[in-house]
Parts: sequence; C-alpha cells; structure tokens
Amino acid sequence: MLHNLSIGELAERLNSRQISSVELTRHFLSRIDRFGPALNALITLTAEHALADAAAADLRRVRGERGQLLGIPLIHKDIFCTDGVRTSCGSRMLDNFIAPYDATVVTRLKAAGVVMLGKANMDEFAMGSSNETSYYGPVKNPWNLKKVPGGSSGGSAAAAAARLAPLTTGTDTGGSIRQPAALTGVTGVKPTYGRVSRYGMIAFASSLDQAGVFARSVADAAPALQAMAGFDPRDSTSVDAPVPDYTAALAQPLKGLKIGLLREFFEGLEARNAALIHDALKVYRSLGAQTKEVSLPHLPASVPTYYVVAPAECSSNLSRFDGVRYGYRCENPQDLMDLYKRSRGEGFGAEVKRRIMTGTYVLSAGYFDAYYLKAQRVRRLIVDDFRAAFTQVDLLIGPTTPTPAFDIGAKIDDPVTMYLNDIYTIGANLAGLPGLSLPCGFVDGLPMGLQLIGPHFSEDRLLCAGHRYQLATDWHTRAPQGYE
Amino acid sequence: MSLTRQDVEKIAHLARLSISAEELPAYVSALSSIVNFVDDLSRVPTADVAPLAHPLDGQHQRLRADAVAETDNREKYQANAPSVAAGLYVVPRVIE
Repeated sequence: MLHNLSIGELAERLNSRQISSVELTRHFLSRIDRFGPALNALITLTAEHALADAAAADLRRVRGERGQLLGIPLIHKDIFCTDGVRTSCGSRMLDNFIAPYDATVVTRLKAAGVVMLGKANMDEFAMGSSNETSYYGPVKNPWNLKKVPGGSSGGSAAAAAARLAPLTTGTDTGGSIRQPAALTGVTGVKPTYGRVSRYGMIAFASSLDQAGVFARSVADAAPALQAMAGFDPRDSTSVDAPVPDYTAALAQPLKGLKIGLLREFFEGLEARNAALIHDALKVYRSLGAQTKEVSLPHLPASVPTYYVVAPAECSSNLSRFDGVRYGYRCENPQDLMDLYKRSRGEGFGAEVKRRIMTGTYVLSAGYFDAYYLKAQRVRRLIVDDFRAAFTQVDLLIGPTTPTPAFDIGAKIDDPVTMYLNDIYTIGANLAGLPGLSLPCGFVDGLPMGLQLIGPHFSEDRLLCAGHRYQLATDWHTRAPQGYE
Repeated sequence: MSLTRQDVEKIAHLARLSISAEELPAYVSALSSIVNFVDDLSRVPTADVAPLAHPLDGQHQRLRADAVAETDNREKYQANAPSVAAGLYVVPRVIE
C-alpha cells in the first residue's frame, strides 16, 4: 500500500513513472477524507493547493529534477505561516488569520518539492501535552480513539501514525515533537536550537522553540530535516554552521558509540517502561555500542525551571495579540483597554491565559529576581550538567514519556499533573540540545518511545544511532489497527 | 504559596486579560498551584551562578547594514486587520 512505503520507495516509484505525484496526493487526500474527521488531526485541508503542488512536482520531474522530497505529500503544523492559507495556531485568536507569507520552513520544504496537504491541529499556541487545548477540539490517538496523541504537535503525530501523509512538521519547546511521537508510535526529531529557522513560526518561547519533523522512520526524517536545516538571516537566533549530509550520515558505523543512561530518568520509572529501555540498550550493545550510567543532578529541577522560563517568554510573545492589527477583536469595545482585555480574554483559551498570567507574575516587580532570574541560574546548572555528561558519553538515552497515552480528559483539569508529562523531554529544550524519539515497544497495547539526546549540532550522529536501531528492530513499522 | 483574588486580578490587568468573576476562582486555584510548584526552585543553590538567557554559548545578536531590505506590503499585511482606514489601524478613541 502506498501509504506504507518509505520516502525512498515512493521516490523510486515516482522516478520510474509507476505513479505520479498527483496520484500519490489523491491517495493521501482520500485517506484524510476517510480518517481525518474521526481523528480531528487537521484544522485546514488544502486539497486544491495540494493537487496544484503535485502537478508542479510532476512537471519538475519531467524536466529532470530528482530530489528525495520531490512530489512527497506533507502536512504542516498549524503554527507555520503558509502564504494565503489560514494559520490558526490552534486558537480562536487566529481563526480568521490568513498568513501573508511563508515561514522559512515552509519555503524550504516547498523548494524541495513537497506537496502540502493541509495544516495540522495542535494545542493552542503550542501550549499543552495532549492536544486537548485546541480551539478546534482534541485530536484522537489512532491507536485508541479515547486516548490523547500527546501535544502540542498532536495533529502532526496522529496524522503521521495514521498514514495520512509520509511526513508532517512540528515544533518542540518542551517536548512537543518527541512526546507525541512516543505516544503515537512514530519517529520525531527536534534539532539543536538554532539549527532550523524560526522565521514565520508563531512564537511561544523564543529561547526554547524549535521546528522539527515526524516520519515513520529516521531514514524518512533525514531528508526532511536536511531541507529544513540551515542558516536563515531572517532569524536572529539562526546559527550559521554548515549542515552535514544527514542521509549519508545514516550509513556511519555505530561501533564504539558511548551511550549514557541518565540515572535521574530511571528513578521512579514504572518497571514495564524501564524494561523497554533496557531491551533497547541490549540492541545497542549488540550493535557495538558501550553503555554507562551518568547523572545530571539538576535535571529534576528542569520542569519547574521550564514553567518559569516558558510562561515568561510566552507572556512577552503573546502580547502582540491585541485585537488591533490582526486576529480576533471583541465586539463593541468600549475603549482601548476594553478592546485589549476582551479581545485577549475571549480570543485565548484557559491554558494560554494561565501561562500568560504565570509569566506576567514571574516577571513582575518584586518577583523577577526570585523567579525569572532564579530560573535562568538553574537553567545554567542544567546546561552545565549536560555538558559534563557529554565529556563522558556521546549520546544520552532514556524514555520519552513516563507512561503511554492517557485518556482524553484525564489530566486537563490539573495543570501541574499535565506539566509532569514533560519530565523527560524538557531538559533538552532548556539546554538547546537535539533529541529524537523512536518507537521502542508497547505497554498495554499502546506505543512507547525511546529518547536519544545528543550534544549541540550532533544530529548526524543522533540520526545514525536512531537508524541503526530501526535496522535491528521493527517497532517503527507497526501501524495502528485500521490504518494499515 | 497561595495567590489571592487581588493578586490574580492585578496580574490579569497587567496582562490585559479580561477574567470574569465566575472564572476567577479557577484561575486563583490554578495559578497558586503552579506558583507552588515552581517555588521548588528556591531550594536549588545558585550562589555565584550567572543567569543563562541563551542555550548556546557565544551567540551574539547579529548586526546588518542600515539599508532597506524588505518591500512595502502594507495592503497585503493589513488584509487581516479588523479595521483599517487610509492605511491606519482604527481603534476606539484613546485621547479624550
């Protein structure tokens, strides 16, 4: 079946004219038609655009172009501005917003020839770990429709798992690619901070946000990351460093790789989850890697640190939504203050308001030193811990999430319980490190993910390690029942 | 540490968010719970540790030449505006 083929296999069929990009696109559009509504994975479908993009890709192929992504369908998380297409960020605030330009990520993937099928559902303004805060309703996990797919890139993850597209994009500020990848049994990549441009990516927390990709394998994710990565003068935090050939890197040998088990990740981890990670370690040892235990003593402080830093940055970033220049405006504003307060009060959902207010509080006079500056100091300690660990090992390994997918509605009433879902992923965001989540088994019939974290700009090594694991195992090939 | 109603009203005002009287208790409870949670940070010793704003060392804000680099797209960008007149954004009267 077309939707189970790898990107390499699809490229082969496209190049040998067994199938056209238009036909491939129609195949995925009909899957979206069939499965999309029950999953609620998409906010906007761009069927006509997609067919036009596909026809253009077919023409480029006739003219001799052969890129790995040429004519491959893809869904963008609705956080990336797409010229002429609604970009809602999962919020009522931007329900009426037609982006007037393309994000750099969109431009680069378009240049590589992808066919955009639509915009994926997400937690509102990327704030959430379950895709339950979206203005457009929750996304369902294709493995069990009563369960969450994770968040904030829940729509992108669910779409990839349900085979609605071979590639989907996401963003990861506190785990929002890795966690949903783990809960839906797909591969998710968060690059190093500064590796991928944030231009045109609606900002949540500017020192943490990074764009990345979902795919069913590392081999499929590699060309997408290749297209997305690289210096962008329009992003002041974009790093001007060369991008290695990620596909070529997959073939590097694994022998001698030193993998560190994070002691703090295993404390309190449920036995069945720990067992899956230990099984993965056996695979790595059989491939020639060495493993050792390392400690990041400040890691337990990462969740409270994040929940000071991220809300502070979000309160600043979301101050632009004021009902004046774009986005939701309340009806009959009495005066300017009323315009601001009700446009924002009505346009934003509860979790967004909670985070804006948390951020406002920790930045306010009298609290700034105790909270925000304090969090920035603890952040440095966490970064230093990672740096020390990477003098002893090449990569770190651990679970991506504490549990498999939970029920929709189970945690939405208690913010702090929800926040603890990010316990394994947040450290990498605070330190700006690249991370990968790979399917590594099942607990109670639901997928679980293995996380690999590397030093800054080690995506090539990380992808190679992930790929080698996927050559030796088949967890990543499993499809949810009904979506095969 | 618990926040009071007044604390939350003040924060909501600073953040320019309208919160109704009915919604307020839920926010007071949620924010108190969050602040309680992050209060744990006070237990981490950080004397002599400099605050970190950027995760990568040695990154500086780039400067560029003071020359025009973007084109004028006012009409396109204002297409999303709730209310514009003659290229200006229209809001309720500010100055009495």
